[in-house]
Amino acid sequence: MLTRISPGGKLSFADIGAVWRYRELAYFLVKRDISVRYRQTVLGGLWAVIQPFFAMLVFSLFFGRMAKLPSDGVPYPVFVYAGLLPWTYFSGALSAASESMVGNANLISKVYFPRAVVPAAAVLAGLMDLIVASGLLALLMFYYGIGVGPGLMLVPVLVGLTVLCAAGAGFWLSALNVEYRDIRYTIPFLIQLWLFSSPVIYPSSIVPDRYQWLLALNPMAGVLKAFRAAVLGHQSFDWQALGISSAVIALLLVSGFLYFRRMERSFADII
Amino acid sequence: MGETIIKVENISKRYTLGGSRGYKTFRESLVRVLKNPFSRKDKPDSFWALKDVSFEVSKGEVLGIIGRNGAGKSTLLKILSRITVPTSGHAELRGRIGSLLEVGTGFHPELSGRENVYLYGAILGMSSLEISRKYAQIVAFAELERFMDTPVKRYSSGMYMRLAFSVAVHVDPEVLLVDEVLAVGDAVFQTKCMAKMREITGKGRTVLFVSHNLAAVGSLCERAVVLDAGRLLFCGPVRDAVNFYEKEVFDKKYLQVPVAERQDRSGSGAIRLTGFRLEDESGKPAGTVLNGHTARLVFSYMTAPGGAKNVDFGFIVERPEGGKAFQFCTRFSADNFDELSGSGNIVCTIKRFPLVPGRYRIGTYFLTESSPADFIPELSHLDVADGDFYASNYQVYEKETPLLVDGSWTREPLP
Repeated sequence: MLTRISPGGKLSFADIGAVWRYRELAYFLVKRDISVRYRQTVLGGLWAVIQPFFAMLVFSLFFGRMAKLPSDGVPYPVFVYAGLLPWTYFSGALSAASESMVGNANLISKVYFPRAVVPAAAVLAGLMDLIVASGLLALLMFYYGIGVGPGLMLVPVLVGLTVLCAAGAGFWLSALNVEYRDIRYTIPFLIQLWLFSSPVIYPSSIVPDRYQWLLALNPMAGVLKAFRAAVLGHQSFDWQALGISSAVIALLLVSGFLYFRRMERSFADII
Repeated sequence: MGETIIKVENISKRYTLGGSRGYKTFRESLVRVLKNPFSRKDKPDSFWALKDVSFEVSKGEVLGIIGRNGAGKSTLLKILSRITVPTSGHAELRGRIGSLLEVGTGFHPELSGRENVYLYGAILGMSSLEISRKYAQIVAFAELERFMDTPVKRYSSGMYMRLAFSVAVHVDPEVLLVDEVLAVGDAVFQTKCMAKMREITGKGRTVLFVSHNLAAVGSLCERAVVLDAGRLLFCGPVRDAVNFYEKEVFDKKYLQVPVAERQDRSGSGAIRLTGFRLEDESGKPAGTVLNGHTARLVFSYMTAPGGAKNVDFGFIVERPEGGKAFQFCTRFSADNFDELSGSGNIVCTIKRFPLVPGRYRIGTYFLTESSPADFIPELSHLDVADGDFYASNYQVYEKETPLLVDGSWTREPLP
């Protein structure tokens, strides 16, 4: 094994290989984040449900009952929860990833490992909450008598796309956050804007057909729409929107990783 | 000599001094670009932490790196362990690299000892299979068998460091980079660490060893390089390197500088040391201290314009082989100064000076209202010569005792 150290550095397959070799570190960082979170709180795993549950109550009351937002023929509480479930994971994972580099500053300035492991682990750690929170979706569907169809098989793929989307945006924001410390104040705002431009509290059908492709440029839009269709089985898949969103996610992921790699070399000096 | 394992070629590292904060804000960058769209990035002050450093290390060799604080030792290790990149130059290392820089970063206080062993092991590049295989050894070496299910936040700092060091030395890399880690734990554990280090070096591992402790470098390394102000000044057998460091770097570059102008200090500067000299019991200047005799250590000071309140002054004498011989400060004898202003001398009188002959080092510090005002870790040598402490014509050797107690012997018959 030969290690070359030089000022320049081009992305090579060796870098991706290095990240892969450190996958166990990612596993232990995920384990650390999860066990620390669940150990320090009284309610432990319940927190994963409480947040989307109350969001669902509030949204159902104001948007479903009072504003009478359409919900594609599905009871609004189930409809909104089926959107909130992946969204809560996505927004949590994105903000955790953005803070992850700064939060692990002491590690980064003292030990070598491929830095990309840190935001990647932050993104993966949220999956535990997603699994816990999906229990409530099953209960809601049972309560409203909504059966599951073959679309359910697509759910792992859609969750995977959500993970990749959070990772792509997470690479960008975590690297920017190291260099520009005012980025962190814009993140909650950014996530909020992203929420309102995604079909979480409203169905994507309220957007006119000729602008559907524009909505799908928001990578979470296609994923959310497909997630609802897969779980609730109330409409057929919009493959075109999912395709556009997947392409945007791929772009986000590759560009995020490249930017992260470019910044990686100076992290230890400025963090 | 075997094959070359580490090859360092003209490595340089420039750091920029970014004022109080090292990082930028997005807003500032945006404003700068908008105000002056055609200018290149403004170049802030910078300095070279390393400049054109080259050396090679062969397989199985233990290379020491000596130099004062800020000489570039840690920067060099950070570059070789890939924590940071050089500004220019190249290096090549063959084999798995392990580094012991600040042991224990990555420990999480909420997690148990066991969980931390796995986490820290993974951070240092071990697979979980490998950690499981070495787990018993790691725990046994740290002597913490009973505490592995306790969160490490309940550990004492000694236990914490022991566990961290134990994980780190069990990584068993082909190239090991070590920075000042032997200063952890109690004396017994330190001895154990040194033994472990010898075992590692004995197994044909290539080691780079950075330490302030010249004696530790001398006993572990065959060869050493001397760094000062980022430049490599000497590379050769360890004995010559230590001599070079003492004579050419420490004596010439630091001791020749008047104390008031020395830069190797830290603290608020509310009060500063401006001079130091030795006197014998009659007040005549002396070059050495005779043990068993009275020594007067005269320290000159100058305060900042406002004066200094509640001043505690002290000094630390370090043994030639490293480690503290003793410390003495005004707080011990309740001689603190409530208020000092302007300049003057503080005189410390020690009757029957109690150390065996040797070349010690002395470091000094001023505290004002319990916060550091002026700390000079390596102020000067302190040469102690034999003054026939016990008036017995027996010369006590350094190996026999580090300290000469003011005692005598008599025999008393049973009542």
